[in-house]
Amino acid sequence: MAQHGMDPSAPLTGEPSKKTKRKLARELRTQIISFILMIFLTSLAFVSIASDAIPASFALPFILLLAVIQVILQLYVFMHLNERGNGWPNAMIWSGVLIAIPTVAALMLLLGVVKW
Amino acid sequence: MADHTIDHNTLPPNPEKATLEGRNKFMGFWFFLGGETVLFASLFGTYLGLRGGTVDGPGPSELFHLPFVFLMTMILLTSSLTSVFAIISMKRGNYKGLLAWMTVTVLLGVAFLGLEIYEFVEYVDHGLGFTTSAFGSAFYTLVGTHGAHVAFGIAWITTLIIRYRKSGLTLTNAPKFYTAVLYWHFIDVVWVFIFSIVYLMGIGG
Repeated sequence: MAQHGMDPSAPLTGEPSKKTKRKLARELRTQIISFILMIFLTSLAFVSIASDAIPASFALPFILLLAVIQVILQLYVFMHLNERGNGWPNAMIWSGVLIAIPTVAALMLLLGVVKW
Repeated sequence: MADHTIDHNTLPPNPEKATLEGRNKFMGFWFFLGGETVLFASLFGTYLGLRGGTVDGPGPSELFHLPFVFLMTMILLTSSLTSVFAIISMKRGNYKGLLAWMTVTVLLGVAFLGLEIYEFVEYVDHGLGFTTSAFGSAFYTLVGTHGAHVAFGIAWITTLIIRYRKSGLTLTNAPKFYTAVLYWHFIDVVWVFIFSIVYLMGIGG
């Protein structure tokens, strides 16, 4: 919490504590590892479509699964949803997803896609 | 929260939640992202319903070019990482580093947007206009809305960089950079579904 009387526009020039620095170093490592994973997932998705190595009937669920994993990484690691005290942001985004899924399904059905 | 002393000269570990105003805006921003999810869901649903309706115009497999889309994807994904570096620099108290990485992020965003505009011009040359077919309308609306978000993100971050170029790191501007970076990551989240559902499914299914 900001202390009473603190000027929010005063430049903060202090160094973070040793503990914070260690935590940041760990955080950076996690972020870089998940970035490498995202590159891998993306490449896998493109290769699986470009090479015809995977039968078409399996390719669609496969690339969708890869997309979901990558998005979870993006949300929980890059956007810090995994941190403690982020219960409300989690509630907000998952409410969005909860509405989004029937929205996609309903629009597809309404527009006549009944066979997948 | 009460067990550690507050250093008035250092950025708190979670600047986005360090003030009441910051906390409210942080939660409100996630509410907005929940709404954005539904907005894009409606565009994805429309696209999935209409993508077969190409009439006499060109279809996905005649237009899409995977290496080109792969390049766009890598550029956007890398810009997501450079914005992570910006926030790490900020939390380390390195304001110059924050501004530098934010500038790199904006430049990568501009590169992505340039490629997307080039792509659209190319498709129009190949005979796919906005009103050519249901597929054309749904495609340009979905991918164009994402592109508009990229353009807005570029404008937002550029404004922050210019506005705060000389101020140094403060309790006022730190949450603003943090929120802008959240938005930038969200743009990448949407793009993951676009390259999977629009481009990869357009070629492979």
